[in-house]
Order: sequence, then structure tokens, then C-alpha cells
Amino acid sequence: MATNNNSNHKYVIETHDLDIFYGSFRAVTGVNMKVERHKITAIIGPSGCGKSTLLRAFNRMNELYAGTSIQGQVMFDGEDIYASQVDPVEVRYRIGMVFQKPNPFPKSIYENIAWTARIHGYRGNMNELVENSLRQAALWDEVKDKLHQSGLSLSGGQQQRLCIARAISIKPEVILMDEPASALDPIATLKIEELMQELKKNYTIVIVTHNMQQAARASDYTAMMMLADRQARSGTVIEFDETNRIFTIPKDKRTEDYVTGRFG
Amino acid sequence: MKEKAIVQGFSDNLGARNRKGTVWYVLFQASTVIGILALIALVLNIINGAFGYVAYEARVDPDTLAVDGVPLTDQSREQLVALLQSTLSSGAYTKLDNEKPFADRSREDVYQLIVERIIRPEVVQVWNLWPSLTRADQIRATLASEHPDAELDFISWLSKDFVTRPQTSEAFTAGVRTAIFGSLWTILFTILFAFPIGVGAAIYLEEYASDNRFNRIIQTNINNLAGVPSIIYGILGLAIFVRTLEPLTSGAVFGLVDPTTANGRTVLSAGLTLGLLVLPIIIINSQEAIRAVPRSLRNASFGVGATKWQTVWSHVLPNAMPGILTGTILAISRAIGETAPLVVVGASTAISFDPNSPFSKFTTLPIQIYQWTSRPQDEFRSLAAASILVLLVLLLTLNASAVLLRNRFSRRF
Repeated sequence: MATNNNSNHKYVIETHDLDIFYGSFRAVTGVNMKVERHKITAIIGPSGCGKSTLLRAFNRMNELYAGTSIQGQVMFDGEDIYASQVDPVEVRYRIGMVFQKPNPFPKSIYENIAWTARIHGYRGNMNELVENSLRQAALWDEVKDKLHQSGLSLSGGQQQRLCIARAISIKPEVILMDEPASALDPIATLKIEELMQELKKNYTIVIVTHNMQQAARASDYTAMMMLADRQARSGTVIEFDETNRIFTIPKDKRTEDYVTGRFG
Repeated sequence: MKEKAIVQGFSDNLGARNRKGTVWYVLFQASTVIGILALIALVLNIINGAFGYVAYEARVDPDTLAVDGVPLTDQSREQLVALLQSTLSSGAYTKLDNEKPFADRSREDVYQLIVERIIRPEVVQVWNLWPSLTRADQIRATLASEHPDAELDFISWLSKDFVTRPQTSEAFTAGVRTAIFGSLWTILFTILFAFPIGVGAAIYLEEYASDNRFNRIIQTNINNLAGVPSIIYGILGLAIFVRTLEPLTSGAVFGLVDPTTANGRTVLSAGLTLGLLVLPIIIINSQEAIRAVPRSLRNASFGVGATKWQTVWSHVLPNAMPGILTGTILAISRAIGETAPLVVVGASTAISFDPNSPFSKFTTLPIQIYQWTSRPQDEFRSLAAASILVLLVLLLTLNASAVLLRNRFSRRF
């Protein structure tokens, strides 16, 4: 993948007729969506419709699970990330990820970020990088006096922000978030949402969420996923639009039922 | 509490359920107690053999060896050497001198030789610790009537001398230093061989090998190998290390042949054989440990663009290390107690030289114990009991150091 920042594309990530398979089972069918730069795009839908699977296809994390494969294309800045010459490690470097359960490394807060930077050959001022990353993740003031304590000694919300700091320390272009607040209390959740608004100035964010208020509050675009047909148990994006349109004037009856709470 | 009214279709079985639980509780507790009793019985039995009264008669009375009224114990080194030279046959004297020149031997050493070769205390009878404590008077009386010349001493077969002396054929002067060094050298090569290869294989099988027929066959075979009787590994070691690789294991390729061996029955062969024996155990335990590293940690590492190797080296291995070390401790405990494969590989039964290179002849503690227990004389059974205590202490020391090492790894956050 070319390393120059090809940012003349308005859409950072585009999918073309994307199908995702677990072995022979087609988990996600025919997804066409475009993720706009410096916006927050939410993916919502009922459990088991393939939201996380779709998200993981955006940075090839799916490949870590045995037997997964895709058909169609995922374009990142106009380039197919599944092309044969593309190294998945490079993809994950450019498209970072924050997981549902906070998963800091069992190392110190400082090392969580320093190790991440070091493996990518960072040669600059490490203290500065750690501080900047933690500041951007709104965590600096809470941890500046205990940088050398274990990352696991923090509260759940702090751990999740440490994971965000870790992700942004290597300056990705996109941050994928897989239900980042589902294991957190409402106050920690709010902090993450405020943080996302800050981060979107510099990064493009795609977030999977179960929480429809969260999608409505925090996102610019929303993709509504649902099982395409009940026999095949295969999920697809049934509607993709600006968030306020999805929540006020949805085109699809199923979306309307879901967002108004009559369904799912 | 007021009793709940019986709902149609249900019955009041809480009492029966609790009774069933109690029965199982008692059974489990009994199993534990039986296990502990067996262990206590074992230890008591060994201790019983390792201490007690010994009656012995000197074949030559030490008093007759006094020179000009100076008793044997006060004579100088030179006088003692002269005594040996005049008493022993010239052939026996030359042989001793060839093993180690008298000029290099300490006074202690020469005195030992005199006890061993001239005075030659002969054991009349040995008593275990229990009769020695409870029936001392009776023992004395019997001895006085049956062997009036014999001396009676309370002896701890396990002593500092026992641990530091080399093996000899006389019970009073025999020690296990040779065997301790043999065991340590052997286990050193076992670890050097089996640990890196075992952990490497486990990493390959868990992290890299794809789930295909070939790899499944390998996995099944490793699991089966862990259950193969150890003597079969001995035969394998004999065929491969002692015979086929003889130039290597005897040190011939390095020009380091021990003049007393000149074949492949060396410390190195024994270490490699035991290494083969414990390799499947280390692989299986390491695989378990690697598999237990949570997926979320791997995701975290891959999610920030780490390569497979960076993930394995920086996260999987450090987190699996306590488990890997636990498995290795178990494996080494097994290896250090193995006897059968070493008999086949050709451990020496009677050598008095410490091994000093990978290409030395050797004996080990279990071999020594096995050899002593098969002797008909009672005193050697006492020696065996003392050696078992030494083996247990050695085992516990090795395990304790491995546990300390493991705890150091576990403490990292």
C-alpha cells in the first residue's frame, strides 16, 4: 500500500458489494457504504447481524479468526486493502482499532504507548509522544503521576481511554471502535463520547454500538444493519444515511421500527 | 423459617440433597487424608532407614597400627603413606597412585584410604532408627553376647561426609558426590536441550501451524509420546546417541575423548535421552500455557499493527511464561528421578570420579540408589535411604528455584 496520504478522496473507506464469510457461512451480504473523512459513522442493528464482523473487515482483523474470507472490495483512500500486495499489518497500522472490552497491555501506562510507538520505529521524544497521546485521549491529568503503574490498575473507563491513547499514538487515519462504551457506566460513556467529538477533528471514526441514543448523540452518519433474510441468517446494511435522517425520517420500515423501539 | 408449602408435582428433597453433598464431601476429604498418610509413611520409612545403630568389627585393630606410641589418628601424612606402601600389595599401591598420585592427596584422603584398605571395619549388624530408639538396651545385650569384640555406634548415614565423598565399595566410606554431580550435569543438558526445543515447537504448533491433517497427526503423536514408557526412550537413546552419534557424544569430533570412556555412554548422551523423554511434556504444557493467553491481548497487539512475531515475543510469551515454567518444573522433576532409561543408556554403577565435561562417564542418584538397594547387605539399604533423602533435597531445591523464577515472571503487572 502506498504510504503517501492520499487524502484527496472524500471517502476514506468505501465498500463495494462486500460479502464476508466464516467458512462457507455468509455472515454479511452485499454491503455498499462510504465512510466520510473526519466524520463519525455509526453502525447499529440487533445482535448477531454482523456489525462487528463488518467493522473488523475494515482493517483485516477478521483474518485473525480462522476460516474467514471476503468477496467484493474494501477501498481505503482509493486502494483495495485486500489486494494481494497489501500487508495486513500495514492496514492495521493505518486503521487503528478500539475493542469492546478494554484491553490495555499488562504493562505500565507509559509502556502501553511507548511499546506501540517503538514497534513502528518511532525515534522521537518518547515522553512527549506519551504525554500528547494521553492528552488527546483526555487521560493525562488523571494518570500523569502514575505513568509507571500497570495499565490494568486503572478503572474500566480509564482503561478504554488508554486504549484510545494507544491507538492514536501511532497516528492512524481511521479509528474503528467496536462498542467501546458497552462495558462502561454512563459517566465513563459520556467521556468517551466527548472524546470522540474531539478526535474527529483529526481522525475518521467508525463505531459499532448497541446503544441507539449513543448513535443519535454522537454520530454524523448511521448505517442500519439487519438480517437480510431470516433463513440465510446473513446480515446486511439496509439503510445508510445521515444520522438525523435515520432517526427522524427513515426510508425503511424496519429501520423505523428499530429506532423507535418497536422491534429488536 | 416456615416450611414452604409443597407445590403440586414437586417434592421436599432438600434434606436428601444435602445428605448427598455431605457424603461426597467426606469422600473427597478421605482421599486427601489417604494421600497425605501415604506421603508421611514414605518419609518416615526413609528416615527410619537412614539413621540408627551399627555394630562393626575392625579387621585390623587400629591400636596395632600405632608407631612409637603415636596413635594412627595423630600420624603425619607421610607416615600414613608409608604405612599404606608397606601394608598393601605393590600392585594395589601402584593402582591407587595411578588414579591420583599420593603426592597430590591430602592427609584426610590418605587416612580414608587406610580405613578403607587396612582397618576395613566390617559391619556386623545394622538397626533402623525405630528399634535403635526403643530397644537400645536389648541391642547392646544381644551384641555383647554374640559379638563381644564389636563396637556399637549410633550413625547418621546422611552426613556431610556422605554428600561430599565419592562412591566406594565400603559402606562406611561410601558417598554420593559422584552421583550428585552426575545428576546435575545430566539435568543441565536435559534442560539445555529440551527447554528451547520444547517451547519452540509449542510456539510453532500454537501460533503458526495451520489446522490441517499433517499438523493434527503431529499433535496426536506428541500427545502419545508423553505416555511412552521411559525405558523405550532409553533404548532410543542407546541407538541414537550412544551408538549412531558416538563420535559426537563421546567428544571424538572435538578431540576431547575422555580416556576412561572412549564411547558414547556419557553425560551428554544421558542428558539428551532424558531431554527426549521430557520433550513431549514440555511441548504439551507450553501449548496449554500459550493457548491460555487471552484473545483480547492478541487483538490489542494486532490492532496497533504489530506483526505476528512482535505479538508472540512481547505479549504471548511473557504471559505464557509462568505456565511454561510450571510445565518445565514438572518435566525436570520427572527427569531427575528417572532410572530405567539411564540403565539402558549405560550409566556407570561404580565410578569414583566426578564428571567434569559433557563427555565424562557418569552415574546419577537414582542409579546409585537402585544399585545400593539391590545389594544383599543391610548397610547398603541404609545408604540407599540416605541417598533418597539427598535426592529429595536436590529435587526440592531445583523445584524451589524454578518456582522463584516463575514468580518473578508472574509479578510483571
